Amino acid sequence: MSITLNVNGLDHTVDADPDTPLLWVLRDHIALTGTKFGCGIAQCGACTVHLDGQATRACVTPVHLAVGKQVTTIEGVQSSVAKAIQQAWEELSVPQCGYCQSGQIMSATALLDSNKNPSDADIDAAMSGNICRCATYVRIRAAIKHAAQQLS
Amino acid sequence: MKFLLAEPAASQPSRRDFLKCVVVAGAGLTLGVRLPQASAQDGAFLAEDDSFQPNAFVRIGSDNRVTLIMKHLEMGQGSHTGLATLLAEELDAAWEQVITEGAPADTNRYKNLHWNAQGTGGSSAIANSFEQMRTAGATAKAMLVAAAAKTWQVPASEIQVSQGVLSHTASKKSATFGEFAEAAAHQALPIPEELVLKDPKDFIYIGKQRLTRKDTGKTDGSAQFTQDVKLPGMLTAVVAHAPRFGGTVRSVDDSKARAVAGVVDVVQIPSGVAVLAKDFWTAKLGRDALVINWDDSAAFKHSSVDIMENFKALAKQPGAVARNDGDTASAMKNAATVVEGNYEFPYLAHAAMEPMNCVAWVKPDGCEIWNGEQMQTVDQANVAATLGLKPEQVKINMLYAGSSFGRRANPASDYLLEAVHIAKAKTNTPVKLVWTREDDMRAGYYRPAYFHQIRAGLDKNGQPIAWEQRIVGQSLAAGTPFESFMVKDGVDKTSVEGASTLPYKIPHLKVDLHSVKLPVPVLWWRSVGHTHTAFSTETFIDRLAHTAKQDPVAFRLNLLADHPRHHGVLSLVAEKAGWDKPLPKGWARGVAVHESFNSFAAQVAEVSVKDDGRFKVERVVCAIDCGLAINPDVIKAQMEGSVGFALAPVLMSAITFKQGLVAQSNFHDYQVLRIDQMPKVEVHIMPSDAKPTGVGEPGVPPLAPAVANALSAATGQWFDKLPLQLEGSV
Ligand code: FES
Ligand code: FES
Repeated sequence: MSITLNVNGLDHTVDADPDTPLLWVLRDHIALTGTKFGCGIAQCGACTVHLDGQATRACVTPVHLAVGKQVTTIEGVQSSVAKAIQQAWEELSVPQCGYCQSGQIMSATALLDSNKNPSDADIDAAMSGNICRCATYVRIRAAIKHAAQQLS
Repeated sequence: MKFLLAEPAASQPSRRDFLKCVVVAGAGLTLGVRLPQASAQDGAFLAEDDSFQPNAFVRIGSDNRVTLIMKHLEMGQGSHTGLATLLAEELDAAWEQVITEGAPADTNRYKNLHWNAQGTGGSSAIANSFEQMRTAGATAKAMLVAAAAKTWQVPASEIQVSQGVLSHTASKKSATFGEFAEAAAHQALPIPEELVLKDPKDFIYIGKQRLTRKDTGKTDGSAQFTQDVKLPGMLTAVVAHAPRFGGTVRSVDDSKARAVAGVVDVVQIPSGVAVLAKDFWTAKLGRDALVINWDDSAAFKHSSVDIMENFKALAKQPGAVARNDGDTASAMKNAATVVEGNYEFPYLAHAAMEPMNCVAWVKPDGCEIWNGEQMQTVDQANVAATLGLKPEQVKINMLYAGSSFGRRANPASDYLLEAVHIAKAKTNTPVKLVWTREDDMRAGYYRPAYFHQIRAGLDKNGQPIAWEQRIVGQSLAAGTPFESFMVKDGVDKTSVEGASTLPYKIPHLKVDLHSVKLPVPVLWWRSVGHTHTAFSTETFIDRLAHTAKQDPVAFRLNLLADHPRHHGVLSLVAEKAGWDKPLPKGWARGVAVHESFNSFAAQVAEVSVKDDGRFKVERVVCAIDCGLAINPDVIKAQMEGSVGFALAPVLMSAITFKQGLVAQSNFHDYQVLRIDQMPKVEVHIMPSDAKPTGVGEPGVPPLAPAVANALSAATGQWFDKLPLQLEGSV
């Protein structure tokens, strides 16, 4: 079935079953592969995208629920908050293997969008849905704080 | 992971290694260090016709790009940053002009000099490449200098190189690397004896600074993992595996799968039934619609509980001897006190962040693979054998790996061969095999379960005089091509390492082993044997210290007089952690020290315990001696990551079997560490000018015993099982 999605500001029309998870439409139909697959059951956060600015697990979001909304992926985050997060990630050398980091950056951006100065507890609460098997958590915490500081 | 395909010594590169220069048409200079076995009489490699072979480490384009070709897999351990540091250091390139690129499978040119094979593991990337990469960088620089000297008509010795720029002060000339790239390709090779590597005091990158990488694509989604590969006409395959190891397909009804719109084909392969479609989701729907009648008659049907009971029964009998100093039996009789401990360790999944996957494109005369490739030589041979090809007909592209922890270095090449079998059935069509998390967790290759039994005797002064340790578990090497050199006299070194190498001065010491054959597929898991031996030995040492009424740090230091590097990191960590300083109420400290992969790591863990038995690891202080620190920030990152990685099995990760079925399936029931459980981590690097050694694994072993020892100090309870469970907690 033909579905039109707005992703990173552009309309894409794809032929997919409306129950197909958004993740696979992004990756396989629209060739935006920055959003990653890690678990498929909303346990790891690797697939995190923004739906109208809200951090959302694309692996459990049927594509029809994204119709009419603004989908933002790692390839399309442009806000000053997102840029500050990406830069902090580079400056503090957060990524190890890097596979989880698209999702981490999308979750961290959503956190700073709603909370300009998060505490450790706020960071833990907002980021505990994002697994990093390389356990870069020490630096994720530091980089979120660093970005918050840069933005203030 | 750790293995040797041959004795390492002979393959160390020397200054006399033959160097090769290849003119890359119009593009500049490609240089590589020839390896010793490509001997001088092998004049063929100077011929023009191999000039396009990507057989080198440095490529400098006329666009001033410096491409460094990485022979090791980057899976998060920082190998690319490390190797690039070594190359850029001697080349005097500007860090910003450097990009890295994965090397192809080519054992001769890109072998791990500590193995006789191409591959990444055993925390060996820096250790084996230290001289080789610096020599490659220095050679490139010498040829650029020679080219500039010739053009400018000035002595080479007067030319300075800094940050990718060649300059001659007197004549006020300067040029970028790019400007001289092509001319440099026509220079003679520097005479190896005249190639002088930098004095460490002149290092600009090594040991100096945090080298941030902006070229990795890991913050904007552009990094290419196998999961992201797209090829024209490519199909995605999802496979139904037997629910029990050893199960086979009795019959399959694929009509419903084929009825799923978009399913292209269903093929039966040795490891199960594959459904192919243009995209993952369709293939998965197809896979879920398969009706398979599995033949479990010969399959593995045991439960974890029975396996452990069997191990315990075996532990009553002597095993194959791994180490035997003195006479433990008589010494034990003379002991004033004898202490005993039994330890149980479950199977563990690697649970790499990127579930296993592989792209294979089989053609009549060859095969091309895209993979987070960790063991080229073995995979190439296995793929070739499966397809009836020669190894050189198998081209392997090494992409970034979404972590591995040993999983991608499998002597059986399991998931690669699965992809190849499917791709063979679809010859000429590229196929991407994608495992779901459930497939990844249930299709095997686990850190084996183990049982350890330790008895030690103390004399009347509390000095340990005898130590007997028996280990029971599956061998990693048995049944693999590595068995012949990894197993000696019935002892698989990887089952006992860390115990058989116990550094403490105990005059009578015996370690023996029962290697149990079970059909559960097993594999090295970040730090291999040390994952369990460090826990049993380092918690047991604390028990002995407690019995002897001595401080755990002082007790260890006294027994480590002959091991200065253990002694060094232990002293350092105790000092930095403030071992003797008071802690808040309900908090306690524990310590552990352990050598693995020629690096020495000590950690102090601080835990807080609540009245209801819940506890939190609050802070971990690490000291690491890995010789000369190439990238201090990467070392720090590896220690931080090791702490988080190693904490998961202490708190909660375990793979268990019920009648042969794996009980866990995904991150909700195989739990791994999350950010709210991550302690603060502090890292101290021991200053050293010893040869650099690895850091990917050595931070893992001490963590579990340090945490358990802290909890013992807090609660008075001894821990003999992982994941550990506090009495009174749920
Ligand atoms: S893939 Fe969506 S949360 Fe893991
Ligand atoms: S960086 Fe490897 S999983 Fe997060």
